[in-house]
Amino acid sequence: MTAADLKSEVSAALVERLTALADDELVLGHRNAEWTGHAPILEEDIAIANVAQDEIGHAVLWYGLVQELTGQDPDRLAFFRGANEYRSSALVELPRGDWAFTMLRQYLFDTYEAELLPRLMRSAYTPVSEVAAKVNREELFHLRHSALWVERLAFGTEESKSRLQSALNELWPLVPQLLAPLEGDALLAADGIYPDPAELAAAVLGRLRTELNRLELTLPALPAPPAAGARSDRGEGHLAALLAEMQSVARADPAAESW
Amino acid sequence: MLNPVTNDRPRHEPHAATTTVWQALATVTDPEIPVLNIVEMGLVREVSFEGAGVHVVITPTFSGCPALRVIEENVASAVRAAGFPHVEVASRLSPPWSTDDMTDDARSKLEEFGIAPPQPHGGLIQIALDAPVRCPRCGHPDTRLRNPFGSALCREIRTCQGCQETFERFKPL
Repeated sequence: MTAADLKSEVSAALVERLTALADDELVLGHRNAEWTGHAPILEEDIAIANVAQDEIGHAVLWYGLVQELTGQDPDRLAFFRGANEYRSSALVELPRGDWAFTMLRQYLFDTYEAELLPRLMRSAYTPVSEVAAKVNREELFHLRHSALWVERLAFGTEESKSRLQSALNELWPLVPQLLAPLEGDALLAADGIYPDPAELAAAVLGRLRTELNRLELTLPALPAPPAAGARSDRGEGHLAALLAEMQSVARADPAAESW
Repeated sequence: MLNPVTNDRPRHEPHAATTTVWQALATVTDPEIPVLNIVEMGLVREVSFEGAGVHVVITPTFSGCPALRVIEENVASAVRAAGFPHVEVASRLSPPWSTDDMTDDARSKLEEFGIAPPQPHGGLIQIALDAPVRCPRCGHPDTRLRNPFGSALCREIRTCQGCQETFERFKPL
């Protein structure tokens, strides 16, 4: 299935979903990039910069699929939309916190992608399946790294464990929002373009529960699943602050051809 | 059905112009790995002619790799310099690039350059990642992973238990 095969309402739903996928990658990549030059040890400085670069590269691929459907330039989408137009989830928007917070967030997101991407590789919309196949190969390196860090912190010292648990207390309740369907997802699922959101959410939560229990962490209660489309309901200001910095250079000279 | 990548295409392609283009492409290197050209890396997916123009399709190594744009520009200028003023360079993701697309020559060149080459894996990347890696400097078989990420997206950092040198490995992908 290619762009020409999509009915207009399906195309609109797909643009929303692709934008959410791209925005999550870009915002997480930017948050991770904030560690460059500040990570606890040199090896991790290099590693987190690599992970950040990968996530931003993946954002470019997803924005590229939006461009195929709407003609919008990926740079314009990244640098000239306001926080209210972004469709990222709160999980990736929160400030980077300490190293345990950053690694646990990366681990939660990597696990979500480890379940999402193989499903997207079976998408009936060929461009999605192709991008998913590319991204999935690279994500293997992320999950191996973040999983090792979470385990190391969980079984490390009293302090590392308590920092990890605090991070989990803050991040775990945000996972349902990451997994919540957008309004058009049902339409996409019906055409085999995007997986059934409920099935995906159950797979991600099941995998995370098993793994986090093995690490002897305490899972806080989950809030009720948010309503469809809850991503656009925001107001904390974290994303706006992030965008103000990330977009400042591009906005200083919007007509610049290369910077 | 997508064609598997063949890196020895110039020898099998009788058309003289096609051979010239492939030879021009073999002068383009990956800026992050200057000892390898993009043909032996398996990055060139297609060369075709449309009227007076040449159409070249390449594939990215890692999707976030900043070298891709530079390679695209260098491909265009190499093909132009070979006598084809109208050249169009496109990027194609599928099938995704794999280190299995590299030629054996490319692996040897990498090792001589001091980067441990990626083992062929036939799709079993996790196994190749954890398999023993020989030190490219002294040949010692016992080397340890120091950092799964390195100076470029494609590399990891290891230390040799023999000569104690630190070196990079091109990750199996």
